[in-house]
Formats: sequence, C-alpha cells, structure tokens
Amino acid sequence: MATAEATMGGMAHAHHEEQSFIRSYIFATDHKIIGIQFLFASLFFLLVGGIMALLIRWQLGFPGQAVPFGDPISPKSYNALVTMHGTIMVFFALMPMVMGVFANYLIPLKLGAPDMAFPRLNMLSFWMFVSSGTVAMASLYVEGGAAGAGWTAYPPLSGAAQYSGVSLGQQLWIVSLILFGASSLLGSVNYITTVINMRAPGMTLFRMPLSIWSLFITAILALLAVPIIAAAAIMLLFDQTIGTTFFLPADGGQPLLWQHLFWFFGHPEVYILILPAMGIVSDILANGSRKPIFGYHSMVYAIITIAFLGWIVWGHHMFQSGMNPLLGTTFMISTMAIAIPSAIKVFNWLGTMWRGNLQFHTPMLWAIGFVSLFTIGGLSGIFMASASVDIFIHDTYFIVAHIHYVLFGGTLMASFAGIYFWFPKMFGRMMSERLGKIHFFLTFILYNLAFFPMHLLGMGGHMRRIADPTQYEFLRPLQPLNQFISVSVFLLFLAQIPFVINFFTSLFKGEQAPLNPWKDNGLEWTVPSPPPHGNFETTPTVYHGPYEFSSPLVEEDFLPQNAPLNGGERKAATVGAGAGE
Amino acid sequence: MANESVMNEAIAMPGGVHAEPGMQVYNQKLGMWVFLASEVMFFTGLIGAYIILRFGAGDWALPGIPLEEGGTPLNINLTAINTFMLICSSVTMVKAFAAIEHGDQKGLRRFLLLTVLLGASFVGIQIYEYMELVHEGFMPRCSDELAAIVPNCHLFGSTFYTMTGFHGTHVSLGVVALIWVTVKAFRGQYSKENHGGVEVVGLYWHFVDLVWIMLFTIVYLI
Repeated sequence: MATAEATMGGMAHAHHEEQSFIRSYIFATDHKIIGIQFLFASLFFLLVGGIMALLIRWQLGFPGQAVPFGDPISPKSYNALVTMHGTIMVFFALMPMVMGVFANYLIPLKLGAPDMAFPRLNMLSFWMFVSSGTVAMASLYVEGGAAGAGWTAYPPLSGAAQYSGVSLGQQLWIVSLILFGASSLLGSVNYITTVINMRAPGMTLFRMPLSIWSLFITAILALLAVPIIAAAAIMLLFDQTIGTTFFLPADGGQPLLWQHLFWFFGHPEVYILILPAMGIVSDILANGSRKPIFGYHSMVYAIITIAFLGWIVWGHHMFQSGMNPLLGTTFMISTMAIAIPSAIKVFNWLGTMWRGNLQFHTPMLWAIGFVSLFTIGGLSGIFMASASVDIFIHDTYFIVAHIHYVLFGGTLMASFAGIYFWFPKMFGRMMSERLGKIHFFLTFILYNLAFFPMHLLGMGGHMRRIADPTQYEFLRPLQPLNQFISVSVFLLFLAQIPFVINFFTSLFKGEQAPLNPWKDNGLEWTVPSPPPHGNFETTPTVYHGPYEFSSPLVEEDFLPQNAPLNGGERKAATVGAGAGE
Repeated sequence: MANESVMNEAIAMPGGVHAEPGMQVYNQKLGMWVFLASEVMFFTGLIGAYIILRFGAGDWALPGIPLEEGGTPLNINLTAINTFMLICSSVTMVKAFAAIEHGDQKGLRRFLLLTVLLGASFVGIQIYEYMELVHEGFMPRCSDELAAIVPNCHLFGSTFYTMTGFHGTHVSLGVVALIWVTVKAFRGQYSKENHGGVEVVGLYWHFVDLVWIMLFTIVYLI
C-alpha cells in the first residue's frame, strides 16, 4: 500500500492526508482495507468451523472413541459442536466472505467510486462483526458450554435451559446473532446507497458487472430479512432472561412462531449466501471463456426473480412441523418455481463457455467447479421441495448433503474463485497457479467423496443431528460409509494446506502483479495493484458493458469499460489499460 | 428540489465530475430511507408475532370492559393524550423543516425545541405508564392476581412490553438525535441551502410517529 502511494505521487486527491497506522489498517474507513479485514476474519472463522467439522466427523465415523490427543466427545459437546459449526460457517465465515469481503472490495472499485457512501458506518459494521464473532467464540468457554439447540435454535429446545442444558451459552449465541444482524444491516445500507448513488458517469445499471448486480440485490435481501431474525432473536432472549412467553407453550406461546420467523429470514439468507457467489462466478466465467456473458439481461432478471421468490418459500423448511397440506402445496409450487431462474443461470453459464477460448486459470477452475456442484445441490433441492418426498428425507443426512453442496460446493468454491481472481488486486502480488490448481483438484475430488455419500446416508434414514448412529440397529450397516466420509473430510481439510501456503507465501514473496493480470474489463483493473486510497486518479467514464471480450472492434480480445471507441483514441486507450506495468 | 445544492455536493466525485444520476437525492437521505425499510421489517417482525400470538391464544383482554371482567389493564386515555403529543411533534418537525427551507433560523430553532420537548414528554409519560402498570402487577410475566383475571396475561405482557419498549427506545434515540440537530441549529450551522441533517432526522422522526399510530391502534384500541 505504502509503495503504491509513493509511486502514485501527486495523483492522490485532496482528502488523502497521511494517516496513522491505526487509522489506515485497524480502524480503517477505506473500503479496500475493510474488505481485506473481512477476508482475514472470515478465513479465521472458516478454520474454526472446519476444525469443528473434523470433530463432528470423528464422532460420527468412530463413535465414542477418544479424539487423538483428547477425550471422547460427549453427546452434549456434540450438540454444541453441530450448533456452532453451522452458526460459525453460515454467519461468520460465508456471509462475511461474500457480503463483507467481495461487497466491500468490489462495489466502489467496479463502479468507479472513490469509496463507499458512508465510510465510517462501514468501519462500524466491521467492528460490530468482530464483537459479534468474539461473543460467539466466548460462548464456547462459558459454564454449561456453547449453545446446543442447532444453528436454527428451535424452541422450546433453545427457549429454556431445562431442555438443552445450556443457558448462558445459548444467550450469548443470541446476543452474537443480534450484533451480527446490526453489522450486516449497516453494510447493506452502505452497499445499496453506494450502488444507487455513486456510480461513475456512464455506469448505467445495465452496464454493471453481474457481481455488482448480485451484491446489490443481496444487500436488499439482507436489509429486509435480517431485521426479522433480530426481532425473533430478541424475543427468544427475553424468553430466557426476563420471563416472557413468546415461544414457550406452557403460557400460551408458540414454538412454531419461531420457525416461521427464523425461516422467513433463513430462506432469504440462503440466497444471500448463493447470489453473490453466482455473480462472482459470472464475472470469472466470462473472463475465462473470453466471451461476453451469455444472456446478460436474463441473468439480471434471474437474480431479481430468485430474490423475490426467496421471500415466499420459507414454509418448505416446515413441511414436517405441522402445516395445512394446502399451504404446504403452495410452498412446494413456489419453491419449485425457483428452479426456473436458477436453470436460466446455469444454462447461461454453459452458453458462455460454449465454444469459448477457454483459459483454465485457477479462478476459472473454481468457477467451473461452482457450476457443476451448484447444479447437483440445486437438483437435490427439488427433491426436498416436494412435500411428499420431504416426509422421507426431512431431518436426514440428505439435507446435510444438500446444504453442503450449495454452501461449500457453491458459496465457498465461488469465494475461492474470487480470492484467486482478486488477490493480485488486493495485495499487488500474484498467487501461485500451480499450488492453486493442486488446491482445486484435491478439493474438488475429496469434496465429492466427502459429501456425495451423505445423500445415501440420508436415503438410509441417518438422522441429521444424532451423536452416535451405531445405537440404531438399522444404521449400523451404514457405518463403513460414515467412516469413508470421515476419512474423506479429514483429507479434504488437509487439502486446504496448499491454499494456506499459497496465500501467505504469495502475500510476501509472490510475483509483482501487473495492472490487469487476467485481461479483464472491470474498472478495478485500470488502477494500480493495490489501488491507492481514493481508488481513481480521475473519475472514470464508462462506455461499455463489463463483458466485451473478443470484440471485433478492437485488436485485443478485451475492451475495458472505460476505453472509448472512437478512432485514434481507441487503440491508445485499450493498450494503455491492458499492457500493465 | 429544495436542497439541490446539498444533493450535488454530496454526490459530486473528485475532479468535479458528477456520478450517474442515481436517485437524485443525497446519500444521507437515501441511506435513511433504506435504513427505514429495514426498520419497517423489524417492527413487522414484532407486530406479526403479536398478531399470531394474540389470535392463536383466543381469549384476549379487550378495551371497554372493566378490568375485573377481563378488560385491558392499559390506561387508554393517558396514552391517547401521549399519541396526540407525538403526532403534534411530527407537525412541529415539518414546521421546523419548512422554516429552514425559507432560511428562517428563528423558526427552525423554535420548532425544533418544541419537537424535542414533545418527544421527551412522550418518553416521560411512557415511563410513568410503565411504572403504574408494574405497580398493578402487569409485567412481562404478570403477577398471580392479575394473571387470574386478565386472559393470557403473560402473553399480553410479553408482547406489550416488547413492542412498546422497542418503540420507546426508538423515540428516545430520536430525541437524542433531535437534541444534536437542535444544538447545531442554535449554533447556526444550518442554512437555506444546507440543512440535510434536519431533513434526515425528520424522516426518522416521522417514521417513529407512524409506527406509534399503528401500535396504539392494535395494542390499545382493538
């Protein structure tokens, strides 16, 4: 950062006074630094959640045996592990990854804005996230253990200590969720305002990259969904602390009400996790295929349609909770309707790659991995959407397989794609392609070995959250499969080592990144790597959409969004932006 | 647009260039509208839970019946006066904004001060109301005597205190914001051209007022 500032010389704007280390890197208001802060935070939580997954798989593969260098896992700790693994992965690893890292880093850069609309709110958002994560981590160490009612925290299990045996841990879980909600709300207000008001001249809505479109729509989803879980979490906290009876049936409360409120938030939440991933993948697939994205407008409308349908399908999580079958049918039909915009997206991705000049760089591999695994996850979703099939597979490992196909195979794969793609811009150094590819192929293979058999476990009736499957006679024949999955998960965890090595060695010793290593069209590739405070020397003017690859109008196979297309200016502009340093 | 200059200043980018037209409102105002959308959802969550619980419970304490026969323990007349005051404070807020739009500094200060007073009185009366209710035994978990006569008293108490409590918190935060704006107004920091702060806090204040009209209707009157 400092060297970039120095070489930029007088380019900096009036408000770029020298800032202390603390203002620049700790309590930073620069959207790029905040994005990088979110990156380190979410990678940390990814590691914590991953270690919890190892412990869960140890217990399921080898029930009752002592963990290497430790004790056997008690059923109560197993409940806490399952709960905290889900909570940490959804709220502290994946959501900040897409809505913290990429939203923060990309929105102003890709729109040609100097920063977010409200930089100080942005800083507040990050530090509220840190405090929320700290509370969640602290809950692991309090008396009675961490929350054990599942990441969905259904009452009455979560409503009173006598059911789950946890009181303080559950309350801290709720507090951290409320803090997290506040953080995500501040972020959303910022993103929406920035996208609406801060676009550079010429950056019309339909010239925005799909990553920005999806982050914009996702911010609207988060803005409207998160307050619902905040309200519900507050009611649950009051039930536990000041004696209200919202969800406790003894005094007229309704446990089902929590499920409605939770999933009214929770279903939009899964689209909050997957839509930005789709946007990132769209950007990278077009780049790696050297072709314009297939059906740009239909992609945008598909994002909007998915987001809208996401609001009217929450009941499909509750088919087995007691629901009028007629109501169940309406939820079933609206859920299945989501397959239409999702299929539009998948076919458009295939259409983008079809007869493209495919470049199999690491980000592209992850993006292709995303498309394949998301498709599997999407298809298993249709099984569960069918109310009659769901009677059989509800609360089994089939659900676990599905959620991991869309969140690990989907969101996390796209996040890796995004990290490999934008790492050079973030840190000014290239990552190793060789290690990146090793990381991809090992992860892709081991991932499928770990999660695909979970569908079979689910069909065999393996319940979702039991600590010891061998206590049921009908599950004992499935135990070899469980052990196979466990070993695959252990190897999958080890397969992340190349990434860690790659990330940290590239951070310090990587090859210097040129301006535009992937020959992309986005505005972020027209500024130095890493970009200076304030991003752009002069506000760029945008002339094209983001996917002008292999255009017959220019010699290069890409056309930056800010390169004008009129006579003599044309060549100079494209060469100047593309040739790097 | 009255505050065109405020607007242009806010969305101007370095180098004197202007951004794509966007929503034609300055960032702070747009941000407040977006934030209020999330506030709508927050109160929707609380009010929706109340509706489900109340109609799921069947029997409920209704106004117009003596307390002993299962009537509401709430003091409707007192809260009606309080509601009227909050509505008046929205009027004074509008008057304050209209004043500064015409550059009337004295009008701005006078009406902002009135708004603060009305808002603070609302909070004061609500605290008095809570103290009286708690004295009678109406709490998030009712006293045994009250629970014996008020139908679903625990549920009523839970929803009543959560909804009105969160509204009261919002009003209190609004009063704090208004005091801040008023101090700035007395220092002469707003002008005919530059008064975004008055407008943005005003938006929040009207929202809080609007929520109360709904809450008063569904919690006290029906």
